[in-house]
Amino acid sequence: MKVLLMGNPNVGKSVIFSRLTGVRVITSNYPGTTVSYTHGQMKVGDEQAEVIDVPGTYTLEPTSEAEEVARQMLETGDVVINVVNATNLERNLYLTLQLLEQKIPMVVALNMWDDTRHQGIDIDLDKLREMVGVPVVPTVATTGEGIKELVESLPKAVSPDTPVRTHDERWAAVGGIIEQVQRVSHRHHTWRERLSDATVRPISGGLIALVVLAASFIVVRFIGESLIGYVFDPLFNNLWLPVLDRLSDLLGGGGFLHTVLIGSLINGNIDFVQSFGLLSSGLYVPFAMVLPYIVSFYLILGLLEDTGYLPRLAVLMDTVMHRVGLHGYAIIPTLLGFGCNVPAVMATRILESKRERFIAATLISIAVPCAALQAMIFGLVGARGWQYVAMVYGTLFAVWIVLGIIMRLAVRGFTPELLIEIPPYRLPPWRTSLQKLWMRTYGFLKEALPLILGAIFVINILHSLGVFEAIANFTAPVVTGIFGLPKEAVTAIAIGFLRKDVAVGMLAPLALTSGQLVVGSVVLSMFFPCVATFVVLLRELGLLNLLKSVAIMILSALVVGGLLNLIL
Amino acid sequence: MPVKSLGQLRAGESGKIIRIEGGHGIINRLAALDIRPGRNIRKLSSSFIRGPVTIEVNRAQVAIGFGMASRIIVEAGNTSP
Repeated sequence: MKVLLMGNPNVGKSVIFSRLTGVRVITSNYPGTTVSYTHGQMKVGDEQAEVIDVPGTYTLEPTSEAEEVARQMLETGDVVINVVNATNLERNLYLTLQLLEQKIPMVVALNMWDDTRHQGIDIDLDKLREMVGVPVVPTVATTGEGIKELVESLPKAVSPDTPVRTHDERWAAVGGIIEQVQRVSHRHHTWRERLSDATVRPISGGLIALVVLAASFIVVRFIGESLIGYVFDPLFNNLWLPVLDRLSDLLGGGGFLHTVLIGSLINGNIDFVQSFGLLSSGLYVPFAMVLPYIVSFYLILGLLEDTGYLPRLAVLMDTVMHRVGLHGYAIIPTLLGFGCNVPAVMATRILESKRERFIAATLISIAVPCAALQAMIFGLVGARGWQYVAMVYGTLFAVWIVLGIIMRLAVRGFTPELLIEIPPYRLPPWRTSLQKLWMRTYGFLKEALPLILGAIFVINILHSLGVFEAIANFTAPVVTGIFGLPKEAVTAIAIGFLRKDVAVGMLAPLALTSGQLVVGSVVLSMFFPCVATFVVLLRELGLLNLLKSVAIMILSALVVGGLLNLIL
Repeated sequence: MPVKSLGQLRAGESGKIIRIEGGHGIINRLAALDIRPGRNIRKLSSSFIRGPVTIEVNRAQVAIGFGMASRIIVEAGNTSP
């Protein structure tokens, strides 16, 4: 049996999916969090059923690609759980009636049921069941209320005889149901609504946005630095270093195995940043340099996502984003990109046109450094002074704007106007917010750790075979001539294809000037995406557009790196 | 009562949508969000330089690009959404 979870965007389908299947998925408080289909298993009675979390859709009329796909999906399902936002019944029922017309057995989950009470909405459940003709179960997905009843209602799913209606007839039918089922009592403006108004008005909203973004940056840095300074550095220096010192002695302080495991000794000592062995830098970089920032970044991003602030930021940024050929909602994939470019490129699916998706994906790959890369920039460039970090960020921001304007003028196609629903503010549901943080942190370790160790292993092998030297001599005109970097820096650029954090780490032993370090960091950020992003770009853009995108990346990295070299 | 576009309506003003000037595409996109003729709406905010307009419609908040908002014609008046 195949169960489809369908409903309007941002009604809580993914939270219900998680409750039904135990499969953890990323959930947030903005429309369009789920961009691909997630599968899971659940038990209905004695039967094993497949559950599919379908991305949200307002209608089955194919007005967008997502809706077209949702419609195709429907033909493969056996039962639909139509998730409905109880605080916005009228608009949600339109899709409910459309689904009923498809003659597929259905139950309705009336989600966010707890919110109806304090919003002064009274829904007559029995009447609603009678008029819709299918089981209706009130649920509060975030607390789990009603989930058991929802599962029990599944065998009772039916497909009542429903006439196929036109647009207007359907809205009239919805109106008829609402008239009989729903009573709304007058209520006062709540503090959340006042805050909501203030955050989208241009002046107050702009100020609030500046404060929110600045505070986010400061808090991310504070938490990240504290984790490094008080937790990870002491752990590595006091517990791990003595172990490695012993191992180094045992291995005789040199030789192939020593190089692979411990790396090279810097002034006779193991240096976690510069030694570049599997057990030294291979563990220190991911755990003590990158992980702290992954945790702090995703903690803050999760808060922004779950409170419902991001769609408001999208409204405020709309005018600016149109300058670079996007509309305001593209700020969401962009912000995700500061964590990791892979989910960010996937999230560009919330943008309607091909042109927008191309521009957004390219800009993210070039000018939005992921958390791992940023952590290394903080660590290495920050050690030379924060003005150099500011130079890196300032350059990338300028690239984002200039390249965006060029693409707006050069890329054919259109950018539709912003049209989004702004969800009410919510207090983050702590359980799901923390679960999301854990999923993302674990995801980083699972995906990145093998690649980081693999990259360091490969580096050591290639080094000992002399391959890098050959490449370095071959590419010296570009690397030295254009970027003003020592020719060995090419190895970092090449390794950047595997992991950008390791690549920045490879600049550490090169004894670069601060200016060279800025050039190196910027070039590494802009040149090719890492292999994981590369794969997603290929899937999302297609081969031809991927090639165009990569051409833009290489060209702009050469130009910007060269210019920076001249200036610095 | 004065008839104007959603773009011209002032923040805080309410009105009733009387028509949407545009083809099927825009009418369907808006209708999916319950923005259709006959609906009472309240404008919550507008932005400078032709930025998006936010409205309250049937207890939900929606942000609409300025161009699209200019094609939504409302009868301004004291109708609460």
